[in-house]
Amino acid sequence: MKRVIFRGQALPLLLLAPQLAVTFVFFFWPAGQAIWFSFLRQDAFGIRTQFVGFENFAELFADPLYIATIWNTVVFSVSVTALSMGVALLLAVLADRQIRGAQAYRTLLIWPYAVAPALAAVLWIFMFHPTIGLFGRMLNAAGVAWDYRLNGGQAMLVVILASAWKQVSYNFIFFLAGLQSIPRSVLEAASIDGARPARRFWTIVFPLLSPTTFFLLVVNLTYAFFDTFGIIDALTRGGPAKATETLIYRAYIDGRVNLDLGSSSAQSVVLMLAVIALTAIQFRFIERRVHY
Amino acid sequence: MATALAASRRRRRATAITHAILILGVILFALPLWIVLMGSTHDAATIGRGEVPLLPGAHAVENYAAAWTEGAARTTGVPVALMMWNSFVMAVLIAVGKIAISLLSAYAVVFFRFPFRMAAFWAIFITLMLPVEVRIFPTFKVVSDLGMVDTYAGLIVPLVASATATLLFRQFFLTIPDEFVEAAKIDGAGPLRFFWDVVLPLSRTNMAALFVILFVYGWNQYLWPLLVTTSTEVETVVIGIVKMIGSESNTDWNIVMATAVLALLPPVAVVLLMQRWFVKGLTDTEK
Repeated sequence: MKRVIFRGQALPLLLLAPQLAVTFVFFFWPAGQAIWFSFLRQDAFGIRTQFVGFENFAELFADPLYIATIWNTVVFSVSVTALSMGVALLLAVLADRQIRGAQAYRTLLIWPYAVAPALAAVLWIFMFHPTIGLFGRMLNAAGVAWDYRLNGGQAMLVVILASAWKQVSYNFIFFLAGLQSIPRSVLEAASIDGARPARRFWTIVFPLLSPTTFFLLVVNLTYAFFDTFGIIDALTRGGPAKATETLIYRAYIDGRVNLDLGSSSAQSVVLMLAVIALTAIQFRFIERRVHY
Repeated sequence: MATALAASRRRRRATAITHAILILGVILFALPLWIVLMGSTHDAATIGRGEVPLLPGAHAVENYAAAWTEGAARTTGVPVALMMWNSFVMAVLIAVGKIAISLLSAYAVVFFRFPFRMAAFWAIFITLMLPVEVRIFPTFKVVSDLGMVDTYAGLIVPLVASATATLLFRQFFLTIPDEFVEAAKIDGAGPLRFFWDVVLPLSRTNMAALFVILFVYGWNQYLWPLLVTTSTEVETVVIGIVKMIGSESNTDWNIVMATAVLALLPPVAVVLLMQRWFVKGLTDTEK
């Protein structure tokens, strides 16, 4: 809280105006509309609209396809998070060592952060496409019936790999920052006490990294939920047979392609609740860390 | 003596393993990029046959020239030059716009007292919980009601609010010593003068750091441009390349590869050239 301030009421409001205008017109108004529409239903011609209470939600959760999509989202998000965080932690621990060329390794590992998710998907096509992809061809030559465009499990695997690949650099940067903030003296003390590297890692480094790990857990889940839309759209379009359809992808298809206003809005509300839950978890954690 | 030797040998082996794993990691990350880079220098037939060349070919110039001026002629036919320009305009205006309006609102919230100050702050803050993904349809409707579909304004304005940038600037402004404000007041400088002469120069590092993050954010947008652009006039390169591979049977893969290289060049260059600010920006904004 600042003690010395400027006088005036009109000027600060004027300074805030652009931000607040955008916030109200493009955030609050549409979000409000999403909530309102989620209680409405339109007839097939979009002429009559009717208030139906929670019927859209009830229908959504009675739909086995929607339940399957929730399950897909969970499998996908947990796999992407575990894979990208695991690889990033390993690389960060190694890059944090006193070795030659540490800076070069860092540079060579952070660039995928800048690649758009949709573009990452394009890159991965050239890895796993059954006829023009490097590994896709190898697999087929080795006798594996590899075609992620037809096989749902393979499709899921490719979108997970591409999504994790893109996210590793982000996690790497944060793990590295976390590792560098661990006091060297603590590690040296353990080393003098005769603790081997593996033991030093699990008893000292890993616990001290837990704030970073926890923060990344939430960020990665959010990323897998929302930001991977481009990867899925470019690689599989949610297919084959909805095998890689996540919640956000279905909300998009129902809203923009199927023009099912009520259901898409209900899905938006479900997603909003998911974001609020994730944000709430994150804030609880930040509060805890302040007391650390 | 023997134990010291053993220890040094062990240490050397550990270093070798460290290097080996890191190099493997680097290769794993660079491999997809390498494939596109090499593929973009071969003709369509080579890639169509599925040879996946890992060494450069002789068709680099013609592939990049064709992509730049015509795009994938057989599918979409939008020149990549146009798409790159659209992406560039979008990325720069989003980054600059977010920084500008966040600077102003953070300044208002920190250096003034006025009714509903905290309400305004929370209103900005809460947008963190409303990413475009959770309000797809209604946001599209607002933009189309405002007649902003297929315009730069439609692409940019709805994304220009920024809770994270506002939070970052607020944090930073709180560290500016009160004495600065007092001195400015004694000198007879008003709030705008103080903003321009003191606050803005002090914020330069933060602005640079944010610019890197936000430029990449803007360049890499996918869902939002997909919603609000239907015409090729305002198509961004990330959207364009996905459209190119839409119908697989007659895709010019060599052109797709050249486009992929072009599309990831600007954001990757910004991140690598401004690496120091980038890492600072990332670790600051996300806290």
